[in-house]
Amino acid sequence: MFGIYLKRELSRRKKAALVIALGLALGIALVITVNSVSAGMQQAQDKVLKSLYGLGTDMTVTKARSAPSGSASDRPKFDFDAKSDSSKKQSSDRVMTQGGQALKSSLVAKVAAQKGVANAVGALSLNVTKVDGSFTQGKAKSGTTQQQGGPGGGQSGDSGAPQVQGGGASFDVNSYSVAGVDVTDQDLGPLATSKITTGATFTAAQANAKVAVVSKSYAKENKYKVGKTLKISGTKYTIIGIATPDSSDSTTDVYLPLKQAQTLGDAKNQVTTIYVKATDSQQIDTVKATIQKNISGTTVTTSADLADTVSGSLSTASNLATSVGKWLSVAVLVAAFLVAALLTSSAVSRRVREFGTLKALGWPSRKVTRQVVGESVVNGLLGGALGIALGLGAAYAVTAISPKLTAELGSTGGMGGGMGGPGGGGPGGQTASAAKNTLEIALSAPVSATTIALAAGLAIAGGLVAGAMGGWRASRMRPADALRSVS
Amino acid sequence: MYKLTGVTKRYTRGKDTVEALRGVDLAIEDGDQLVIQGPTGGGKSTLLQMIGGLDRPSAGSVELDGVDLASISEAKLTRLRAEKIGIIFQAFNLIPTLTAQENVETALVPLGVKPAERRERAAEALRSVGLGERLAHVPSEMSGGQQQRVAIARALVKKPKVLLADEPTGNLDEGTRDDIMGLLEGLWHEYGLTFVMVTHDSSIARRAPRLATIEAGRITLTERGDGRAASPQRQAPHGDGHARQPGLPQYAQQQYDGRGY
Repeated sequence: MFGIYLKRELSRRKKAALVIALGLALGIALVITVNSVSAGMQQAQDKVLKSLYGLGTDMTVTKARSAPSGSASDRPKFDFDAKSDSSKKQSSDRVMTQGGQALKSSLVAKVAAQKGVANAVGALSLNVTKVDGSFTQGKAKSGTTQQQGGPGGGQSGDSGAPQVQGGGASFDVNSYSVAGVDVTDQDLGPLATSKITTGATFTAAQANAKVAVVSKSYAKENKYKVGKTLKISGTKYTIIGIATPDSSDSTTDVYLPLKQAQTLGDAKNQVTTIYVKATDSQQIDTVKATIQKNISGTTVTTSADLADTVSGSLSTASNLATSVGKWLSVAVLVAAFLVAALLTSSAVSRRVREFGTLKALGWPSRKVTRQVVGESVVNGLLGGALGIALGLGAAYAVTAISPKLTAELGSTGGMGGGMGGPGGGGPGGQTASAAKNTLEIALSAPVSATTIALAAGLAIAGGLVAGAMGGWRASRMRPADALRSVS
Repeated sequence: MYKLTGVTKRYTRGKDTVEALRGVDLAIEDGDQLVIQGPTGGGKSTLLQMIGGLDRPSAGSVELDGVDLASISEAKLTRLRAEKIGIIFQAFNLIPTLTAQENVETALVPLGVKPAERRERAAEALRSVGLGERLAHVPSEMSGGQQQRVAIARALVKKPKVLLADEPTGNLDEGTRDDIMGLLEGLWHEYGLTFVMVTHDSSIARRAPRLATIEAGRITLTERGDGRAASPQRQAPHGDGHARQPGLPQYAQQQYDGRGY
């Protein structure tokens, strides 16, 4: 009888059932939309953070640079000779470590030994500033006599004396980043966020080989191909692979085996960043505290710290989704539950005689309550199905429109950090672009099975809340009401 | 049998207290027919509620076969209503979304009757009140008289010991009223039910073998004859106190004697 009664009630009171279901559907759809947009924001942020870190990295260990010493040897310095051959092209590479003060390689093992650390890998980050060009000699003119000026186009002071005309210098300044990679463990570290799309990555045997992997964009810009050689500070490296970053914002141009990078950067047995993976992602803060306590003087940066450095519309939208959106969906859901409960309760009031009659016929209160709750739960499920359909539609629409969000990354820690060397050396443009990296990310709204399960749970809960209120009213009715209420 | 002793019912609304029944004493033998009459607000329906176990008195006792309905638990009272008491309402009180057959079935649900048997018994009850062709019709597709017949079938399908009717013809025209009264009288005669009916209709009250007039909560009884069904077809109750009912009578064969009201 329960099923028949339920079916008849729902099919013959379609409008009332639909109103309750629609109220719940609206709340549930909003929850799905906000949830999926939040998940999209999270994915976008993760994407940004991965570009700063590397896949699977939970935190990085660096050491802040000490105050600039002012020593001339720490600043970029280029020495060019004045040569008689005026057309000779001259080139000089200046290699500097970046991303913080160098750490001893032995610290990697020490960090790896800390409680809660699953794996630790060291990497060395270098910045190469290449200056190349040539000087043009000036020519002295005085009657028929010609005197050559010195390099740089020097000229004599007297107006009556022979004059130097022409001459000067033309130099290109080119800067790129180099990362030294631990070839024995590439799942963690600078190369973890890239895929080798051409050629191969380093093998364990190439720990000190003169080989290089270049990023796709850098290879394209300089027309490098696998098999060709790349010259850094006088050393030739054979290109064995082209790496395509998972996100468009990788700041590393060239990857070398760690030992080679250490030799190049004059940083033997040193690293600038230690990439750390924790055994339990829930215990990251504890591991951070442990490392900071046991290895003094280091800066441990987690993804949560990095997330704070992300600004721009992604950050704004993310905050909006997590704060306003969540509260809005909670408010709408509560309102939907209340409306459903009130409508169910009001429907029970209209059916006083019906339920009173059933009680007069000998139906126990629990049977009457079960009937009301059953109808309400079915209404809730109907609302849930409608809400899931609406929510999926909204999430699909967001993904289809793919609104673009920008993320500005601060310079805190990690491989993508600024180059700010001692004394503020280094080309300003490069510093600025590295310190504040702006990314554009398309927002998607993925709907997970958990979200659908949550929606279904909410639908049942909504039905139960409404049914409980209606059922409670129905159970309190007395059979005598069947005789009293004559409409 | 019923034995009401000093039944008082008070309703409190705010500071006001109204006494709907004032120390009513009444005995109704098994198989009796009692008609309750009186002015509006006099306490007729309240008395019917006490007899039917739909409400409890503020004071006094209502005994049915030695069980005091005023003091048993709610669960036992509900069970007693399900098993022994059939009720017919003035406004028919059918579930608007259920068919005639399903409406009749609702009376068998609390007795735990299996669905197949439930359907069969409901169909048989409806056939016996002349609605064999209307099993699948919902109340809105039937006339007032037909709806009341469905309500009668619902009251009798469980084979009750007592049949209570609260102004069963109040919403019907004169012709239909006679028809329904004929049916009820026939059923009472045939099965020897204890039949208690509240009515405003003086033509019905005039013919009642036993009349209780209630005014301002007080009862006055008028006896005409022994108040019992005199039909030779009347059957004795079973050992369990239930009227025997091998199947409800075919309405076509139960045309009342044409006395009219």
